[in-house]
Amino acid sequence: MKKFTGFFIKECLHLIRDYRTMMILIGMPVIQIILFGFAIRNELNSVNIGILDKSKDEITTELTSKILSSEYFILKEYFTDERQIDTSFKKGHIKEVIIFESGFAEKLKKEGRAEVQIITDASEPNMANLALSYTTSIIQNYSMTLSKGKDQPLIISPEIKMLYNEELKSVFMFVPGIMATLLMLISAMMTSITITKEKEFGTMEVLLASPLKPYQIIFGKVAPYLLLSLVNLALILWISTSVFGMPVRGSYLLLIAECSLFITTALSLGILISTVTSSMQVAMMISLVGLMMPTVLLSGFIFPIENMPWPLQWISHILPAKWFVIIIKNIMLKGTGFSYVYKETAVLVLMTVFLLGLSIKKFKTRL
Amino acid sequence: MNEDIIITEDLTKKFGSFIACDKISFSVKKGEIFGFLGANGAGKTTAIRMLCGLILPTSGKATIGGFDIYKDTEKIKLNIGYMSQKFSLYEDLTVKENIQFYGGIYRLSPKDIKERSKQLIGELGLESSENSLIKSLPLGWRQKLAFSIAIQHEPKIVFLDEPTSGVDPVTRRQFWDLIYKAAGRGISVFVTTHYMDEAEYCGRVSMMVAGKIEAMGTPKELKSRFNSGSMYEVFLHLARGAK
Repeated sequence: MKKFTGFFIKECLHLIRDYRTMMILIGMPVIQIILFGFAIRNELNSVNIGILDKSKDEITTELTSKILSSEYFILKEYFTDERQIDTSFKKGHIKEVIIFESGFAEKLKKEGRAEVQIITDASEPNMANLALSYTTSIIQNYSMTLSKGKDQPLIISPEIKMLYNEELKSVFMFVPGIMATLLMLISAMMTSITITKEKEFGTMEVLLASPLKPYQIIFGKVAPYLLLSLVNLALILWISTSVFGMPVRGSYLLLIAECSLFITTALSLGILISTVTSSMQVAMMISLVGLMMPTVLLSGFIFPIENMPWPLQWISHILPAKWFVIIIKNIMLKGTGFSYVYKETAVLVLMTVFLLGLSIKKFKTRL
Repeated sequence: MNEDIIITEDLTKKFGSFIACDKISFSVKKGEIFGFLGANGAGKTTAIRMLCGLILPTSGKATIGGFDIYKDTEKIKLNIGYMSQKFSLYEDLTVKENIQFYGGIYRLSPKDIKERSKQLIGELGLESSENSLIKSLPLGWRQKLAFSIAIQHEPKIVFLDEPTSGVDPVTRRQFWDLIYKAAGRGISVFVTTHYMDEAEYCGRVSMMVAGKIEAMGTPKELKSRFNSGSMYEVFLHLARGAK
């Protein structure tokens, strides 16, 4: 134990001396969360629109104010002529135009239907789609209220409800993914680098010739990164809950336990990488290409796994991150308990045991 | 003084069909400086690694301080010091921290470490830089410090794998002074080198050529046996004989 403490202290000193790396490791989660949370948004916010109201009756006025009071749209231009629309689009002043046909209220009353035209700037397809769907849902909502008490509904529309993320907040979908990515990065990449560093500098030979046992070396090297990962975890959770209002509907204890499990999985992956190579560069490449990329692309946090071709789906099954993201989403967003995630947890435990066993065995036979 | 610290008998290491060490037999006495000489790739490092328990021999016998290298590797590790070919101190730790760390892994008590580090720093005249990072020290000082750290737990024997490669002649001389001091305290020194002038400083040397020990004896004996004026000539004589 005493030897372990010494080793631990030494490893912490390495970490502190290399303060640039440490700043990156601590700063990265903050920056990533904020980037994903603020910059990369899937939801709509303050889109400039234009309105051309050929009817100007009580219904179009009311509908217009409904749309504008939704805080998703800002009225940038109020057109009087259709010819103005084109230039305004081209100048990029507006992203969407809503055109009410003339005699709108009258038609609605007489014929039961009236037309509203929505034109969006589809050079940004994502935004266009979102703006379109937001607008139509506001209009449909409004028509529903109008239809109340009438024999024949004026316009019928299906109601769409997003479970667990009613506002389609993208940060909710990104946080579990970022947690998986970052914990994987810090735990796996940093441990593989720190162990191969000893090999590259020739200090590993001295350690192996010393009375230290292989497992003492491994745990001594890995422990500081376990701590750092937990600090990062706390940071991510704090930012996502306090800044973005991400809920933790399940138990914190379970959440932290599952995260620690995932960190252990990642650490054992890192140790395994360090046993197959003795150069820091190779270790870094393997971690980035072999772990980071699949984690980001295939764990289902950016692209849905169900839409992938089967070979990729199959690969995603052997990624620890995939199971971890499922667990985290369950605990944080759905508020489920352990009985709902025990299968995923079991997969992670099995992976960890396998990786840790393999790497300790490989580490011993090395050198 | 006649206690044998290392005894090897027909120690062999094969890597596939390549024989790195071919039936080497020798012994090293307490307090003796034993030079292990040979060209690059002659098998010196392999021999040292076997003796330190880093790799297992293919066949043959060896004991270190009375412990068997197959069975008692743990006990052996407590009783040896090792300084590898590559640099073995942590560059981003200070002088003091390196001493403390290595003292700690050799199970010295905190009190011992404190005392020894003070003594060690005093001996090397490093008082003014005990809190400097290793990377800020000149190479010569680092090597001397690495050696002192390798013997701070008073091992029975210290293995030095080309400790002076890349070091200037003056520092090399100082380094050898440290080796003599250690030997004077009863620590056996097992040193590999390819500087033939250093061979003259050893009590006894063995010349290794292509995995075999071709000659062994005091520098004086070897020189007269091969009728040479210096160890360099002895070495050339043996190395050419191999080809």
